[in-house]
Amino acid sequence: MDITTLISKKSLVWWAIILIIFILLAFVPLYAPGYAAILLSSILMYVILTISWVMFSGPTGYMSLAPAAFFGVGIYASAIIGGKLPFPIVVGIGGLASFCLALLVGALTLRLRGIYFAIFTFGLVMLMAHSLLFWELHVTGTRGRFVIVMGYNTIYYYLLGISMLLLLTSYLIRRSKYGLALQSIGQEEDAAAHTGVNVTMLKVTIFAISAFFMGAAGAVMATKWTYIDPFIAFNPFYSFMPVVMAIFGGMGQLYGPIIGAAILTYLEEFLITKFAEVYMLIFGTILVIAILYLHDGLVGLIQKWRRRIWGERYANT
Amino acid sequence: MIVTFLDIVIAGLLMGGIYALIAVGLSLQYGVARVLNIAHGEFIMLGAFGTWMLYKMVGINPLITLAMCGPVLFLIGFFLHKTLFRSLLASSASADIFEGRSLLASFGLLFIIQNIAILTWGADIKSYSYLNYGVNLAGALFAANRLVTLLFAVVISAAFYLFLAFTRLGKAIRAAAQDPRTAGLMGVNINKVLALCFGFGALMAGFAGGLLSMRYPITATMGMEYTIIAIIVVVLGGLGSIVGSFIGGFLLGIIGSIVTYIEPGLALVAYYVIFILLLLAKPTGILGK
Repeated sequence: MDITTLISKKSLVWWAIILIIFILLAFVPLYAPGYAAILLSSILMYVILTISWVMFSGPTGYMSLAPAAFFGVGIYASAIIGGKLPFPIVVGIGGLASFCLALLVGALTLRLRGIYFAIFTFGLVMLMAHSLLFWELHVTGTRGRFVIVMGYNTIYYYLLGISMLLLLTSYLIRRSKYGLALQSIGQEEDAAAHTGVNVTMLKVTIFAISAFFMGAAGAVMATKWTYIDPFIAFNPFYSFMPVVMAIFGGMGQLYGPIIGAAILTYLEEFLITKFAEVYMLIFGTILVIAILYLHDGLVGLIQKWRRRIWGERYANT
Repeated sequence: MIVTFLDIVIAGLLMGGIYALIAVGLSLQYGVARVLNIAHGEFIMLGAFGTWMLYKMVGINPLITLAMCGPVLFLIGFFLHKTLFRSLLASSASADIFEGRSLLASFGLLFIIQNIAILTWGADIKSYSYLNYGVNLAGALFAANRLVTLLFAVVISAAFYLFLAFTRLGKAIRAAAQDPRTAGLMGVNINKVLALCFGFGALMAGFAGGLLSMRYPITATMGMEYTIIAIIVVVLGGLGSIVGSFIGGFLLGIIGSIVTYIEPGLALVAYYVIFILLLLAKPTGILGK
């Protein structure tokens, strides 16, 4: 890849801003009270899930409801091997396990189009939860596992590192010819194949890369909960949240999913302990409203306002 | 051996009747209106709670309640399509985009309906006893309410099939299922037909919910399980095929009953395995084109 295409003046400014934000975030646990790190960890977790989801499903339009499966694989990997190996390796294995699962699932199913793919991936999550539960009850004779707990700050720094890596990966893919190829798949898959894009290969690879980050996040998050069972690890909620956050935030820009994830996670933290039903109600309402009225999410709204205030500066390309 | 086998098949048919009813409803919503309604199970739940409430508080016979809850749910479904899904359809660039967006919108509906139900009726398990005595059938005992629900499920499905096959509106619905654009050009009021189909789907769910409440305890969160079963059956029968959904419902009921006999914990796993194998081998289902 040509390095000059990466470092244009404008993107340099952006990267500087992002770097400063990350440095500031790295100091949070030192200066802010403990709760800030916990809240930010939750936000980072959803940011990772959402951006990885957008990495594949955003440009291609294949609606994957599998995040919970990959996230859960990471959680279980961490529960099984956690404590036996150094933590960075555990996180890596969690990611790799998800990566392999995604390769397998992707190779099998990415020829399913449209709604079938969404149904299939959703079924996958439930299949994994139920078969794991059956395995635990009848083979190992246990239900769930205890996880070796990490400190809040450790979790936070790991999630921060993963999300940094993910942002960079996501940006590079977006800017590369593969990003363009993914978009062409989303617009007209047959045409993309005819113009020489190795459609299956590309879809499976990106699907697996996105799964890697979800798995790694799962491996880290597992250490936050002392106890996990199949329905905690493979909770379909983790499949739907990234979709909602991405749509709410807007998928056109990389920062859209971050905004969506941050706002909804804050709402969740704020409401779920006291008014769980009310939170779910609000969540559902936001989802319906976002789908009805926010075509490009909050980012689309921001851009519309910006255009209205400052006027159109560049041709809309 | 043969007697046990008969028992299993009959138990499967008894469950399959409800599955068929649920799946026919979803099949209408997805096959014609193109909305893969994840909130389908919530309409089932509403039907069940409606029946429970009227029986417990006013003492109305659950079978009569069917005729009261059904129409109410039909209206809810009809107006949901008229407002929400109609405007989604108008603002979606293609059928695929509409399918994705309506799936997510119905997911939002799931949360809204379910949590309103929890806030109104609470999250605990409710049940009542109706026609709860054994009936001897081919040497095996079956609860009377199960037989009644099977009878009603079959009668409702058959009535609906006749409606689709022999009335003018039924013909319009079938035309819209095949090709909405052309049906519109042939003078079918397509928006009305789509909204009607969504309403009919909710109606079926309401009936199924009412029938289910006679045999099982109900909770506000019961919907998801039935939604998943409905999706599996609809895919099994072939997306958009009403007859396929009907057959698929009984088929899944029998499969479930056999698996439950061998190993109770594996019924749901078996459903998913069938479902995933089916999607891989023949995504169009047994009666799909």
